[in-house]
Amino acid sequence: MDTTQEVTTKLAEPKKTTQVTGSVALLEGLIAEGTETIFGYPGGAIMPIYDAIYDYKEKLNHILVRHEQGATHAAQGFARTSGKVGVVFATSGPGATNLVTGLADAQIDSTPLVCITGQVFAHLLGTDAFQETDVINITTPVTKWNYQVTDANEIPAALAKAFYIARSGRPGPVLIDITKNAQMQLFDYEGYVPCTHIRSYRPKPIIRNEYIEQAAALINNAKKPFILFGQGVSLGNAEEEFKAFVEKSGIPAAWTILGAGAIPTDHPLNVGMLGMHGNYGPNVQTNSCDVLIAIGMRFDDRVTGRLDKYAKQAKVVHLDIDPAEIDKNVKADVPVWGDCKETLPLLTNLITEKTHAGWLAEFKAYEKIEQEELIEPELNPQSGELTMGEVIHQLNILTKGEAVIVSDVGQHQMVACRYGKLNATRLTVTSGGLGTMGFGLPAAIGAKFGAPNRTVVAVIGDGGFQMTLQELGTIMQFGVDVKILILNNQFLGMVRQWQQLFNEKRYSFVDITSPDFVKLAESYYIAGKKVTERADLVGSLEQMLQHPGSFLLEVMVSKEHNVFPMVPQGCSVSEIRLK
Amino acid sequence: MSNSQDIELANAKQEFTITVYTENQIGILNRIAIIFSRRKINIESLNVSPSEIEHIHRFNILITETEEVVRKLARQIEKQVEVLKVYFNTNEDIIWQELALYKVPTDTIVEKVVVERLLRENGARAVVIRKDYTVFETTGHRTETDKLIEVLQPYGLIEFVRSARVAIIKDSKGFNSKLREFERLDPGQDVIENEFLDKEKNVFTM
Repeated sequence: MDTTQEVTTKLAEPKKTTQVTGSVALLEGLIAEGTETIFGYPGGAIMPIYDAIYDYKEKLNHILVRHEQGATHAAQGFARTSGKVGVVFATSGPGATNLVTGLADAQIDSTPLVCITGQVFAHLLGTDAFQETDVINITTPVTKWNYQVTDANEIPAALAKAFYIARSGRPGPVLIDITKNAQMQLFDYEGYVPCTHIRSYRPKPIIRNEYIEQAAALINNAKKPFILFGQGVSLGNAEEEFKAFVEKSGIPAAWTILGAGAIPTDHPLNVGMLGMHGNYGPNVQTNSCDVLIAIGMRFDDRVTGRLDKYAKQAKVVHLDIDPAEIDKNVKADVPVWGDCKETLPLLTNLITEKTHAGWLAEFKAYEKIEQEELIEPELNPQSGELTMGEVIHQLNILTKGEAVIVSDVGQHQMVACRYGKLNATRLTVTSGGLGTMGFGLPAAIGAKFGAPNRTVVAVIGDGGFQMTLQELGTIMQFGVDVKILILNNQFLGMVRQWQQLFNEKRYSFVDITSPDFVKLAESYYIAGKKVTERADLVGSLEQMLQHPGSFLLEVMVSKEHNVFPMVPQGCSVSEIRLK
Repeated sequence: MSNSQDIELANAKQEFTITVYTENQIGILNRIAIIFSRRKINIESLNVSPSEIEHIHRFNILITETEEVVRKLARQIEKQVEVLKVYFNTNEDIIWQELALYKVPTDTIVEKVVVERLLRENGARAVVIRKDYTVFETTGHRTETDKLIEVLQPYGLIEFVRSARVAIIKDSKGFNSKLREFERLDPGQDVIENEFLDKEKNVFTM
């Protein structure tokens, strides 16, 4: 072999490296991953990164939140509406521990986040240094993956791995903890290489054709098939594939609250919401269908009610990307492992085109009962106090199903999810699995950055709003155009409802007083209005929606109104109560 | 076996040995441990050590649970990013051993002929013999190592330690072929040769 020539070639193409700090490498990596917006809060241990971002203001839009929890929820809102990875910066110690609620929320709701936390110098680890906390171990149960970087050389690969893990397979939150010395350290940066493979990580299980065939056979022979769909459809960007499957099979489909919008609310085969406060028909029919086809959902206890009385008569087909979800709560007769973007078309190919007219009519019959007994008086009350339902109903009429509806947690959330009209996917943002009060306001901020051309309405209760209202400061400072709709019933309504129904009306610490929300908004230079009369409702909603920039509308609603239907805890879905 | 017996067996708690192959990464032990503690399941015995493949560690976790619970646990463990593969087996499916060390005063061994006989009967061998004490070693099942404690107790057993269970899966074909499958960029059910075998750094550098 001619060794001289080899040497010359090598000399002719020297490896291109530049000396940069770990912080600069981090920001370059974020840009390479397509990051435009970061939600964060500076502090001692992350100062080198904040010093670096000073020179990146043109490329990276950093939103200074008012509390690190707000940063995680904003990043979640961003991820949900945009379909991209939400990015968070926080400092060590309290900054990092404040992320925990948001991480737990993102973990249980499969939201892709990359959180970067500063950490004390590597040589101080374990010495109880100022603002040192064991972030890796604190966040292990609430992250899909986490990693501590102590050397700048690790930063590009760690970040690449973080983004790959956060967004692939069943998405989830990832945390990278970077010691201060690594942020400051100069090293030979060879550029950013995205991660596409980790040998110990299988984001998508291998599709097994025999299961597709078995599923198709069950579906083709079914007399009363029923589809349940969750967030997996939109997380997998499989809305088109899902619609094709539903329409060819002619099977009625009901959604979990995170699945809402994968097909439009008024699609003829969309039969409504599942679960504790879901619609009448879908809950009852779960226990009379013969084949249950669950797509990208995890049979949460709020969806199934009492498990030993859940769909026992049905054969269950479960499509999920996460093998750990198969048989976790409900035993699957046919487990269709895989990404539903790939498995749904395979299944659609094998099924026969059908219309289940008689079966669908049964759903319509239940819908009629619910409409007459419950929905009509809720959405169109002629007298008495304002109801939450009529506020959402009037909002629907004005937004025509084109707005992003962010909700907090509680009664208003159930109402917003039940009645919110969605014409497209990724229009609903709510805390499903964790039920995090205080989620709504910061999530709405992120939702707006994720969907800048959409109207974003944050529907929040008087309780939840007071948990994270400091984020009004973020809205003020960055001019975030968020419409805040507070449904004020002067109670922690959902707990009060349970105390009324199950604790003999012993109202224990659910009576919550509120500040003057309109004045509060005013002090943040946010326009606002309070509505107490039905006659002012529509005009005020219009004013809110047409107002240039953020607006807070407080609507005083009935104090002791309950959310129905309801599957009481410990009851079967078919024991759903209309009142 | 009838169906009802099958179901009964699946619902009965019994010993399961869970074998986990992981990357050798800081924190993976904690990620695995909390899967058990979160569900208030006690780990009876835990062994973590390098496997026959460089950079890959093998865990042996012993718990007493129903098969249904163990299957769910195995899936949760396998879901962890740095876990390559999880197997779970009943005692019938595996060959297992525990190693035990016993420290006894040397003078009693020397003086009492009966001790020597008992040690021989229990398959123990001396690892270290010093003037003041002698360390014996034996391997076997829990009942066997327990028995020698009882035997040595009257003769002034000073210290005792037992390792975790290590287990070989009877019908395992080893992990090399499985690893090759994992290292493929495009996963398939068929195993092909991979140039990156045993070269963790080429697969992911960190």
